[in-house]
Amino acid sequence: MGLLSDPNRRRALISMLTRLNAPICVVCYMAGVAWFMGLAFEPFTLRTYMSENAMGSTMVEERFPSGERALATGREFSAHKKRAGGMPVDWLVKTMQARGLEVFTQRFSRTLPFPDENKERYMVKGTNVYGILRAPRAPRTEALVLSAPCTPGDNNNQAVGLLLGLAQYFRNQIFWAKDIIFLVNEHDLIGMQAWLEGYHHTNTTGMDWSPLQGRGGSIQAALSLELSSDVITSMDLVLEGLNGQLPNLDLANLFYAFCQKIGVLCTIQGKLQRNDWDSVSGYSHSVQTMMLMVMKQASGRPWGDHGLFLRYHIEAATIRGINSFRQYKTDATTIGRLLEGMYRKLNNLLERLHQSYFFYLMPSLSHFVSIGYYMPAFGLLAVILLLRALDLWVQLATPPPRTEDGVPDTEQMSSPGVLSVLTPLVISHLTGAALYTLPIQFQEMAVEHFPVSETEAVVLTAIAVYTAGLALPHNTHRLLSGEGTEQGWKVLKLVAVLYLAVLLGCTALINFSLGFILALTLVPVAAFVTPHVPKVLSAFILVILSPACTLLFSVFFFQELQEVPTSFQEGWLLYLSVISQGILDHFLYGSLVYPLIALLVYPCWLLFWNILFWK
Amino acid sequence: MAAHRCSRSAVLLFLCALSLFIVADSQETASNGGQRDNNAVDSPQAATETAERAVEERRWEASEAEAAADRQDTSAAENELPASVPRPKDDFQEELVIRPLHSGDIYASFQFRTVWETDFMKGNKVSHYRLFPKSLGQVISKFSVRELHISFTQGYWRTMRWGQPYQPSPPGAELWVWFQDSVTDVDGTWKELTNVLSGIFCASLNFIDSTNTVQPSASFKPLGIGNVTDHRFLRYATLPREIVCTENLTPWKKLLPCGSKAGLAVLLKSEKLFHSTFHSQAVHIRPVCQDWECKTTSWELRQTLNVVFDLHTSAQGKREWSLFKMFSRTLTEACPLASSSKIYIDVTDNPQGDQFEVSPATPLLSQAVVLGDRRTFSVYDLTQQITFGTVRSLNLLIRWKSSEGDMLRPLLHAERYVAGYGLQTGEIHTLMYNNHPYRSFPVLLLDSVPWYLRLYIHTLTVTSKGKDNKPSYIHYQPSKDRVRPHLLEMLIQLPPNSVTEVTVQFERALLKWTEYTPDPNHGFYVGFPCKEESSYFVRVYTEPLLVNLPTPDFSMPYNVICLTCTVVAVGYGSLYNLLTRSFQIEEPSPGLAKRIANIIRKMRGVPPL
Repeated sequence: MGLLSDPNRRRALISMLTRLNAPICVVCYMAGVAWFMGLAFEPFTLRTYMSENAMGSTMVEERFPSGERALATGREFSAHKKRAGGMPVDWLVKTMQARGLEVFTQRFSRTLPFPDENKERYMVKGTNVYGILRAPRAPRTEALVLSAPCTPGDNNNQAVGLLLGLAQYFRNQIFWAKDIIFLVNEHDLIGMQAWLEGYHHTNTTGMDWSPLQGRGGSIQAALSLELSSDVITSMDLVLEGLNGQLPNLDLANLFYAFCQKIGVLCTIQGKLQRNDWDSVSGYSHSVQTMMLMVMKQASGRPWGDHGLFLRYHIEAATIRGINSFRQYKTDATTIGRLLEGMYRKLNNLLERLHQSYFFYLMPSLSHFVSIGYYMPAFGLLAVILLLRALDLWVQLATPPPRTEDGVPDTEQMSSPGVLSVLTPLVISHLTGAALYTLPIQFQEMAVEHFPVSETEAVVLTAIAVYTAGLALPHNTHRLLSGEGTEQGWKVLKLVAVLYLAVLLGCTALINFSLGFILALTLVPVAAFVTPHVPKVLSAFILVILSPACTLLFSVFFFQELQEVPTSFQEGWLLYLSVISQGILDHFLYGSLVYPLIALLVYPCWLLFWNILFWK
Repeated sequence: MAAHRCSRSAVLLFLCALSLFIVADSQETASNGGQRDNNAVDSPQAATETAERAVEERRWEASEAEAAADRQDTSAAENELPASVPRPKDDFQEELVIRPLHSGDIYASFQFRTVWETDFMKGNKVSHYRLFPKSLGQVISKFSVRELHISFTQGYWRTMRWGQPYQPSPPGAELWVWFQDSVTDVDGTWKELTNVLSGIFCASLNFIDSTNTVQPSASFKPLGIGNVTDHRFLRYATLPREIVCTENLTPWKKLLPCGSKAGLAVLLKSEKLFHSTFHSQAVHIRPVCQDWECKTTSWELRQTLNVVFDLHTSAQGKREWSLFKMFSRTLTEACPLASSSKIYIDVTDNPQGDQFEVSPATPLLSQAVVLGDRRTFSVYDLTQQITFGTVRSLNLLIRWKSSEGDMLRPLLHAERYVAGYGLQTGEIHTLMYNNHPYRSFPVLLLDSVPWYLRLYIHTLTVTSKGKDNKPSYIHYQPSKDRVRPHLLEMLIQLPPNSVTEVTVQFERALLKWTEYTPDPNHGFYVGFPCKEESSYFVRVYTEPLLVNLPTPDFSMPYNVICLTCTVVAVGYGSLYNLLTRSFQIEEPSPGLAKRIANIIRKMRGVPPL
């Protein structure tokens, strides 16, 4: 800072920054991307370790014996499910009561803003059944949750069976210090949302639910179980929750530790961990794993039923049994023992899980990248925006040397300055607001006038508004304030660049992945765009790097990472469904990605679009 | 250790007790008093007196509130006592009531009662103790205690499964004391008393201070004789976090005249008592009338211990209970110092013996009104050798025949929870259920909330059946930070067959860093009594609440301090410097010759160089 107090040296520094601005920006961008790619390189990452003492040193024994019986219960459940054509509420209530639990039910109903074509539902009505195992000599202050979704078809029967088997076994143990809530939720996330809102007596999304009769105090941790086969080859851990929230890393550590102890293959993002980190394929494997996590986190949607718990500060994860063609199989008893061990350790917790990280990326289950390591990658991208802003500021502050009549010139540029900045800002935000509201508002009208379904209407309206927005700002701007000046676009760009920097910075703090992906595409746009670059080419690049196209590429990239490459046709359909899912996620669960893109990121990008066509 | 976990931690703090009293006139009130005693006996073998005594004892809870009324009523039960001629100066009775619960669980309630005709207050130092424990006697006289009630409970009484308990108690420790009106510094005495009791019962009662003590204005009326009801002499406190274990049981057992050597107390083995789903032990001291005229008072010490054994964890799911299975002991003798030693088994739900069977069978039966219900008990008198049979040991066996265990619908029950999410605000919901089909009950609600939950009292709402339910009496004392808790007392009418919901919003305070508990990410608790008077009296406690407060990250203070200081010193300091300093180009100071030249030029009136 002493550097800045000296006017001469400050001048030198600033002139260097303005002179070398472009090369520094390029270097920063490269360095940011390189840093990010380096995160997956194993020697640069840390091994996971258990931070929570209450779960670390205390040994627990796993003795769950009755996996076979649990599977039989699962088959019984499946039969009753078929007979009832949905959730077999009465049977579940009776079965849970027979196992000595206090059983309660909750009814809920929700009309979706528009039909969900992926899951084929529109007006959803259902019932959640949950049984509470009251801990002996505990005053109902703390609880753990084990949930299994009741899904239509033949899926997940084994999970419910195992849940009931564990309930029976747990009921006979004396050592529980926290109530354990066994929850079978219908309509997956919608049921879970209803239950959580009922439990915490909040209503954020306008769902109808009947109040809960029984509670177990504040929930400390939750696991959601998904299991669709009698034997499995590996267990997959799903961490990503709503808005990219992650559970405390200790929960992942706990899962990993027990998988190691019991000898179950465990994966994250469906990818096994490899030992050959020094080979190219080993490295690319961990890059893929990490990228999958980044993509999932950036999507902001809950990737399992656990995802909604995180809003309530409840550490939660989904455990998914996977049955592939591998030779080595694990039976239900072993999975039961795994869960028993995890619950016994969670039961030992004296405080909430808080010792370990809440912000991390995992290139494999045994390694993690903490916020301190990944944030510089984003910081290197964000600094580009600041450098550009500095450059513009300096250009604006030093009067252009060629003009001789400096006094009238400055007056000229400052008076249209306010309007010429404010108009595009307001217009682009209005476009954003239209993008946010119109698709839902006008779905009925669209269905009447065009041969499309409601869902298609919503998605196509969104795309239409998005595209229409490209035409709007610069045209109206020209109407309102006449010819733009050289100074005008610089002021506008300065505002836009700073706006983007703040926007991305805040996003990256909450959801690093989303912030980073947006920065990756928007920062180059923000850096290079001026009215003086070749129009057609730049417009093309700008469109390619716009948020909507980023999403399109992400869809293809994600499919590639999951090793299910898609053709363009399928990819396009998938893209449309991803948009509709994103909108639904917002209205059903309160995911913030759609409003963020529509109300902030897209208007911000429109500002740059406006600058490109500045006249 | 891990970095960056700030902001998400929390503190678990205790909300203190929320009590709910129900004051109601039950239908049975009319047939109160004498009538009740008249139809008390129907044992074939003319065990009249036994039965009468049982009535009196079992009805103890019921009779507290109406002690005064009873005295005037000259109830038969009270008459019974003076009849048992030359009374010793002190008297000890022990009893065990076993109630098989519908759920398959079993409820055992011990009561040890010592009555001593003495007066601690009348100047003359009491120095000779026989049955009454000296440690408590000294406490009474030193601190001028008029009434003392203390309970230690581990677990929560599940009204929905078990019905009403004989002696309700909140989870953790509860202490309420009425002082004599001669005490001048009540707060100081209370502080000393809690510290002494803390030593006697080996419990953390010394954590009772002004921040968790309240003076209820309408609840917790004295149970013994006496007409002082000035609540300045009442102190009430709960410690919901108190863990109760063997170290509290041992000093409690030492207060018994026979210790745990003989009598019913041999059953009190900690390894079994703490292998249960509910455990509660209590000590109640109060002055009672010596005779029906009530000219002189005697002191009554009642030690109770309630325990519930679970069908699944203790009985491996078999619906069959015996003394040995419950306590891993059988009974061989009564306490030799006891004037009465009995076991009662509640057989009300089993009139024809089709629900469960009890062996060995007993011919003695007695009836009593407990909590407004007429209950029938089988009685085993341990002072009779015949009770022990030929094997010289009594091992009661209760075997269920039916196996359904439905949820009960108790007339009154309550639950409580914190609504909302996030660490800034929240809402406390208290639900009170009145399941009676046509009667409404007046309920006195006592709610004491620690200061660090800042109640927004204007958001207080009471609704039943969707309508606003205006309390007929409200007493609210706002909290003072770090000094005293909120106290809220309300008299609410519960309409029949309804749920009444009391909600109040609060804000979570940010504590000073030394005020956090060692486990700040844990939490706080609430209890709540509910009582009904006249014919019977129910006190219902809700579950404690665990509330997270915003908590800084305590695991890395050094890093945080270093980082913060660096940021402040380097970043903020120099930025501030840059922003406030004005920069000027410094003129080099002119040389001597130039200065002289300038002076000359000035004198000449020429502009300086």
